[in-house]
Amino acid sequence: MFIVKYIKDVFSGIKSLLVGMRRTGYYFTHHKEIITEQYPDNRDTLVMADRFKGEVVLLHDENNEHACTGCTACELACPNATIKIVTKFDITPEGKKKKALDKFVYHLELCTMCNLCIIACPTDAIKMAQTFEHSVYDRAELTKILNKPDSKIREGVE
Amino acid sequence: MFRETEIVKDVSSIPPFPQDAVQGGGGAGDLIINVGPQHPATHGVLHLVITLNGETIKKVEPHLGYIHRSIEKMCESLTYRQFIYVTSRMDYLSAHINNHACALCVEKGMQIEVPDRAQVIRVIMDELTRIASHELWWGAMAMDIGAFTPFFHAFREREKINEIMEETCGARLTMNYYVPGGLRADMHPDFQKKVKEFIVLFKRKIDEYDELVTGNIIFINRMKGVGMLSKEDAVSFGCSGPAARGSGVHCDIRKLYPYAVYDKVEFDEILETGCDSLARYMVRIREMKQSVRIIEQLIDHIPEGDFQAKTKAVLKLPKGEFYTRVETARGELGVYIVSEGATTPYRIKFRSPGFSNLSALDSMARGSKLGDLVAMMGTLDLVIPDIDR
Amino acid sequence: MWSLTNISTGIHDWLIQTFNPTWALIIEMVIAGIAVIGLFAVLGLVLVLMERRVAAWMQIRLGPNRVGPFGLLQSAADTVKLLVKEGMTPDGADKFLFNLAPFIAMMVAMLLMVPIAFAKDFQLWDLNIGVLYVSAVSSIMVISILMAGWASNNKYSLMGAMRSGAQIVSYELSAGLSILTIVVLTGSLNINDIIIAQADGWWIFKGHIPVIISFVIFIIAVTAETNRAPFDLAEAESELTSGFHTEYSGMKFALFFLAEYINVFIVCAIGATLFLGGWMPFHIGNWESFNHVMDYIPSSIWFFGKTFFLIFVIMWFRWTFPRLRIDQLLNLEWRYLLPISMFNLLLATAIAILGWHF
Ligand code: SF4
Ligand code: SF4
Repeated sequence: MFIVKYIKDVFSGIKSLLVGMRRTGYYFTHHKEIITEQYPDNRDTLVMADRFKGEVVLLHDENNEHACTGCTACELACPNATIKIVTKFDITPEGKKKKALDKFVYHLELCTMCNLCIIACPTDAIKMAQTFEHSVYDRAELTKILNKPDSKIREGVE
Repeated sequence: MFRETEIVKDVSSIPPFPQDAVQGGGGAGDLIINVGPQHPATHGVLHLVITLNGETIKKVEPHLGYIHRSIEKMCESLTYRQFIYVTSRMDYLSAHINNHACALCVEKGMQIEVPDRAQVIRVIMDELTRIASHELWWGAMAMDIGAFTPFFHAFREREKINEIMEETCGARLTMNYYVPGGLRADMHPDFQKKVKEFIVLFKRKIDEYDELVTGNIIFINRMKGVGMLSKEDAVSFGCSGPAARGSGVHCDIRKLYPYAVYDKVEFDEILETGCDSLARYMVRIREMKQSVRIIEQLIDHIPEGDFQAKTKAVLKLPKGEFYTRVETARGELGVYIVSEGATTPYRIKFRSPGFSNLSALDSMARGSKLGDLVAMMGTLDLVIPDIDR
Repeated sequence: MWSLTNISTGIHDWLIQTFNPTWALIIEMVIAGIAVIGLFAVLGLVLVLMERRVAAWMQIRLGPNRVGPFGLLQSAADTVKLLVKEGMTPDGADKFLFNLAPFIAMMVAMLLMVPIAFAKDFQLWDLNIGVLYVSAVSSIMVISILMAGWASNNKYSLMGAMRSGAQIVSYELSAGLSILTIVVLTGSLNINDIIIAQADGWWIFKGHIPVIISFVIFIIAVTAETNRAPFDLAEAESELTSGFHTEYSGMKFALFFLAEYINVFIVCAIGATLFLGGWMPFHIGNWESFNHVMDYIPSSIWFFGKTFFLIFVIMWFRWTFPRLRIDQLLNLEWRYLLPISMFNLLLATAIAILGWHF
């Protein structure tokens, strides 16, 4: 019957609306469900996942030594020409010339954090750091020299 | 090589812009509005030129290309290892699945056997991505038709998936986790635990979605009977994914051309026959439950073994043409590689689901109200970078 | 006991003693004007903050919490921002109408304040056709929206304005009819009389089902009339970007924004007055001692409590429901609300004539 259907429609409609309102009402009264992260405030307690890809860093040990041989495998692996390896020739104690890293130029602004360079590196000299606050005022600051001044290659790394 | 645009000095020599082309043959009293490229409803830089008669839509003309980055061309200069990461940027909501398609294509060309462990993890990741993508769609869809709250609720669950991704893949959106031959790294030790936690949580929360949106009378009235896309139209426009399955087209690549371990798991292909926005909506909601089902079957049975097959350092596809397709969250993604035997592809073409689905918008929208257009775009689940590439 | 009445009569008496009656009246008017403007500002700040909090909590967020303690100064900071922002007038707009529209919106909101009884004997003007006045003046609102939409010379704005024109005109009907239910039961258009009639119980309790139905209809209709979600088609963010105020910026936008909230306040105040007894404390039939305890709560608190409860309900709607489509909106009015409220008025009249209400 028309009238019965009409009234049924009205009531089932209102019921469906009330169900929705009960749901939002639940969240309105249950504040422990709140998921907001107050980011700059929780900086101290913020833990990034250990595999998080933030930026490429060249690992140095306490003697200011790294493991990069300057083989440019990472440079070749990189899809966006983010890495530029500048090499120089060291004179070894035996008096031989040896190719070594001069500058590891890394353009953070180009990097897509694809991890290919890390895979490519034969000596595991570079890795991904978990930093993520990369904003700076000048784009030039994003071009970094990853090897520290006066650092040299670790003994025995070929 | 750049060729500078020729600057025309004599304006009179330019033929007048054909007004018909702009108006779409609009008659007197028609209103032409530009929705986009900056508009809250287009979720990106889609530009729709809409001819309106009052509130009724007479014609919808999508203008594309605002976010074209020529990914296909870019891939031609990248090696087979490098080009995969670019494809995360196409349909960024199903980055894993895009990567999967490319990895499959390279593996097909190189005839690499992918270890079982990698296959299973890949499928779990793909399904998690599908859930995440549908979550975002659900929130955005609700926002399109004016309900703001579901958006945040959807993000709460999506965040859990993102955390799982972040832990294992190191990124939340453009994971770049698949490499030709398997995975870049093994799964995180916590992976299984976290996924199981997520499934428990998600099963509880998906009922809330129904309370909040699906059952709502306003919502049902907004969706029912609008945006009709008949089965024939869906096929002839080349629609795929949930958009086509809402019209009853049997098109799930996971069922039709199973890849990875999809032929070993049990799940249903969701088909709805409503052909309207509600049907497409229901397909996605039910698909999320199927994805959970797939994950549940696999998560305790990840086989031991390598996560990556031994591959040559430099990949060279043999001369020839290779095509693979996968089911992304939006539909069928095809990867077509033409190789000349070099280290880089000679030509790459992606068949993206969004492009074909968008082409159906005009025929769906004609005759309906402006408010419905937004709902239709929502149910098509358009991701603009996927359309423009 | 502390009450607004004592303050107002105190001021009045002092003015009458000090000045001659004309001057006293003028000074009283100035004070009232300042008070209304002050109330506007305060209400705007409070309601915006309240809306953001309600929205945030429903959306499992924290909401504003940066400016001031618990973010209480957030809306004040927003006001300052809006004040110093450039108010642009688009090229090709009808400048006069464009600039006039927000002020009309504001003026309507101010006029609507006149007959509202904020507390016992605390009213700007005890109008004997108070209810009629409210429904008459509130329909002027649509003019400012149409004006804004037309003058903006923007297609989105125009469509938003046209939508809201159709919407407000239709929903005015059922809002009016549900108000009539109470008028029929009380037998008076005077707001004070209506409140006094509820001394032994609010209409929503003693009016049987017809009053409950008309209360529901009233809430739906005023939500639509004030262009709030789920009836915010005039703004319809995802369809029309921002509807009729797309082109407004700075202070002119703020006026629209403020007017929207003030309107919500006013319709909720009317709703509280008609159905929930306005400033009348919660009284139950002849429980004398209980009624006496309730009387100790100042009447202004009763009034604002009820009003804010209704405002909360309307906000609750907004943050739960999706938006209707324009044809569904009109369907709802003409096919459901209007017939129901007409039938309901009939019922209420029968009840009133037979004296069946408590
Ligand atoms: S992470 Fe990728 S883009 Fe960045 S430097 Fe390494 S290879 Fe290049
Ligand atoms: S970082 Fe590794 S791959 Fe790159 S140049 Fe140094 S050793 Fe070679």
